Amino acid sequence: MSIGHTLLALLESGPRHGYDLKRTFDEHFGHDRPLHYGQVYATMSRLLKNGLVEVDGIEHGGGPDRKRYAITDAGITDVAQWLAQPEKPEPYLQSTLYTKVVLALLTGRDAGDLLDAQRSEHLRLMRDLTQRKRDGDLADQLICDHALFHLEADLRWLELTAARLDQLAKAVRA
Amino acid sequence: MTPDGSLISAAGLRKAYGPTTALDGADLSIHAGEVVAVMGPSGSGKSTLLHCLAGIVRPDAGTVHYDGRDLAAMSDAERSALRRRDFGFVFQFGQLVPELTCLENAALPLRLTGHKRKDAEARALRWLERLEVADVRHHRPGQVSGGQGQRVAVARALVGEPRVVFADEPTGALDSLNGERVMQLLTDSARETRAAVVLVTHEARVAAYSDREVVVRDGIARDMAGMYDAA
Repeated sequence: MSIGHTLLALLESGPRHGYDLKRTFDEHFGHDRPLHYGQVYATMSRLLKNGLVEVDGIEHGGGPDRKRYAITDAGITDVAQWLAQPEKPEPYLQSTLYTKVVLALLTGRDAGDLLDAQRSEHLRLMRDLTQRKRDGDLADQLICDHALFHLEADLRWLELTAARLDQLAKAVRA
Repeated sequence: MTPDGSLISAAGLRKAYGPTTALDGADLSIHAGEVVAVMGPSGSGKSTLLHCLAGIVRPDAGTVHYDGRDLAAMSDAERSALRRRDFGFVFQFGQLVPELTCLENAALPLRLTGHKRKDAEARALRWLERLEVADVRHHRPGQVSGGQGQRVAVARALVGEPRVVFADEPTGALDSLNGERVMQLLTDSARETRAAVVLVTHEARVAAYSDREVVVRDGIARDMAGMYDAA
């Protein structure tokens, strides 16, 4: 995920302090990995340097000065371009699992056992995500569903491969 | 209970249909309150395993014990009575009686075990409410959506508070959202009543509602519980 674009987009609704940006980011997207303050300030100084944000005000308090950031017109254009740009589909052509299956067949090991173990591991994670979905709000449900559908796609590949193991064994040993 | 404390246990199950071997030495045990997914490719023997466990199909070899009793030692009448009293069933299609209303369908297992109409329908209504389909109680199955019909079928499977629910691809005909809701309601309800659920599915997202999975490959059932500790 592009943290820079995300923080920039969060500024579109109005100027915010760094700590406020972090809190809003974590609330929406940081379920697993909350942002570090260091990441926020490093990102903001980069955005500042590139003219995508500007300092809207500085609060002088007892601690360090707190800058309030506002998005610039260039920043708004940048967010619009980023949102309009489709994400690159990831085709996973270099799958470790495929490599392991082929190596198991080449070395005379049971590739079916390997696939069974992998299915079990995938299902374990899918159970955890399903539980989190049951206990969570709509945002949790959507985030977990995204992961669940990807894991399911892996498992579909796994079942198809399991059904073709004899064929694959002949091909790789030929 | 069987010696290992399980509610159902199967050992060495074999079943062939003519020259085709469906089960080739399947072993399995299920405890009360457990949701077990039975997975495997088409034709691997999943449904045959479920039918043997439920006493619908008699295996060629091997044993099934339910609550300490050997199913093979029971008469057909005893097995039928057991299925009505202790088991609930959910299938993929065509399980509701088209001439009956949804409420009458849900009440059917109680009516078949001798409950009075009023009592049976009052209990069935509570399950329809639980399954979020009380508003279609006076509709016939042909007048409700696939998702609603399947919830009525789940209500019917649970109305007699069975000790085991056998579900064969229960969400196979539903879209993702309806399928998920049906699984959630089915497993929540079963856990509350401590019913065991045997869930045949080829869908991983459905299997993710289970506590563990058993994989049937070439007629042999592999219990994957031990695999959890491998990582």
